[in-house]
Amino acid sequence: MKTTALHKFHIDRGAKMVPFAGYEMPVQYPLGVLKEHLHTRAAAGLFDISHMMHVVIEGASAAKFIAHLAPLRPSDLSQGEAKYSVFLNGQAGIIDDIIVTRLGDERFLIVCNAGCAEKDFEHITSEASAYDVSRERIERSFLALQGPKAEAVLTSAGMEVAHLNFMEARELGNGWFVSRTGYTGEDGFEVALPNDAVVEFTQKLVSNDAVEPIGLGARDSLRIEAGLSLYGQDLAEDITPHEAGLMWAIPKDLRAEGTFIGADALRQSLADGRKRMRVGLSTSEKVPVRAGTDLVNEAGDAIGSVTSGGFGPSADAPVALGLISTEAADEPIFAQVRKRTVPMIRAKLPFTPHNYKRKPTN
Amino acid sequence: MSKLLYTKEHEWIAIDGNEATVGITDFAQSELGDLVFVELPEVGADLSKEDDAVVVESVKAASDVYAPASGTVTAINDRLEGEPALVNAGAEGDGWLFKMTLSDPSELDDALSADDYKKFVEEQG
Repeated sequence: MKTTALHKFHIDRGAKMVPFAGYEMPVQYPLGVLKEHLHTRAAAGLFDISHMMHVVIEGASAAKFIAHLAPLRPSDLSQGEAKYSVFLNGQAGIIDDIIVTRLGDERFLIVCNAGCAEKDFEHITSEASAYDVSRERIERSFLALQGPKAEAVLTSAGMEVAHLNFMEARELGNGWFVSRTGYTGEDGFEVALPNDAVVEFTQKLVSNDAVEPIGLGARDSLRIEAGLSLYGQDLAEDITPHEAGLMWAIPKDLRAEGTFIGADALRQSLADGRKRMRVGLSTSEKVPVRAGTDLVNEAGDAIGSVTSGGFGPSADAPVALGLISTEAADEPIFAQVRKRTVPMIRAKLPFTPHNYKRKPTN
Repeated sequence: MSKLLYTKEHEWIAIDGNEATVGITDFAQSELGDLVFVELPEVGADLSKEDDAVVVESVKAASDVYAPASGTVTAINDRLEGEPALVNAGAEGDGWLFKMTLSDPSELDDALSADDYKKFVEEQG
């Protein structure tokens, strides 16, 4: 089992450790999932996300290469601009969901999920041969500081971040990097830094009364409330971005003219219509409806399943993401929770409003 | 005078004559974390020993609570419907789960005393 540079910190803080994507990671601290979740929305939560993979793509055809790998226009990104995107296979199934950030004229950072790291790097490597690019996996630590007090906390720790808007990033030198991004729906930042600097920086952050360390348990409930997908549950190699409700991330002109991997299959899916679609689900009952729960229609026929779900501490209600048959989506939906048939309500995503600090539109 | 027993599944059973009150231990609630939902059996339900009797759910996960013995459910703690956190605040008091008659009290012969349960938890350490 791999560990991050903060492993001892987690143990010292009393975290309950669990295996996650090949790493031993904190699932919760003594505060507990419920209070960790609420603390993040009220103040600032600190997450160790060092298990995620950072790959830097550099070279004269870096933008062209990334345009081949993912349905986005890297050449349109300004320096420091970050975009959410996906790697697709030839059938337009999702290999991983990623964040691409432009670091320089010919240099891009791709952040990938830990559970997909090996296959992603192989994918990048096997596709790179026709392009004039280098690719480098950067071994470093990665923290997320999320919540309304995140900006103030980083500022008082000596990091100038107030000028950044949502989905903007800066390299700070000596391997440090900060972006105004996250996975909670709150304003917040992700900070990459060298392994030998992370313990001291983390201690500095948690010495601020506004900050609590947060485990994977609350990371999951926060992102479900924010309507954000988790690879391996909501996204998979047999689910297209069209089905997964991710078409907002794919520019319209690229849907028509793009030559990225999976472009033809995606165009076909858009022309034919999707058979399945992502929905947000809640219920007026209190019972949490969790991943893997079968969804049925009024007649009791299977129409899909819950891909992520649980209790939303901020929504104060059960919150779930489901993948269901498109033709059943506007009919009554029921979840089979143990022996009960629970009537579900289609809910608009996100369950809790996003609090991003977006760039003001002029 | 009631008798208090514990199980290795982290339940307590308070026996008063032929009726038992069942809950989870304080150790169990602290391991589970803040509860957000408790699914109780129906009054009148017949349970066999080790049947799933109750589901307690935290933000993170759902966990089963087994019937510690066979019998019929005579009462449930209705307050838990609106206040599942009562189990966290008073697992071995106001956070009791259900009451049942015992059809075969000898099924509890292997249950633990308070001292033995305490030792058992320490060994789990």
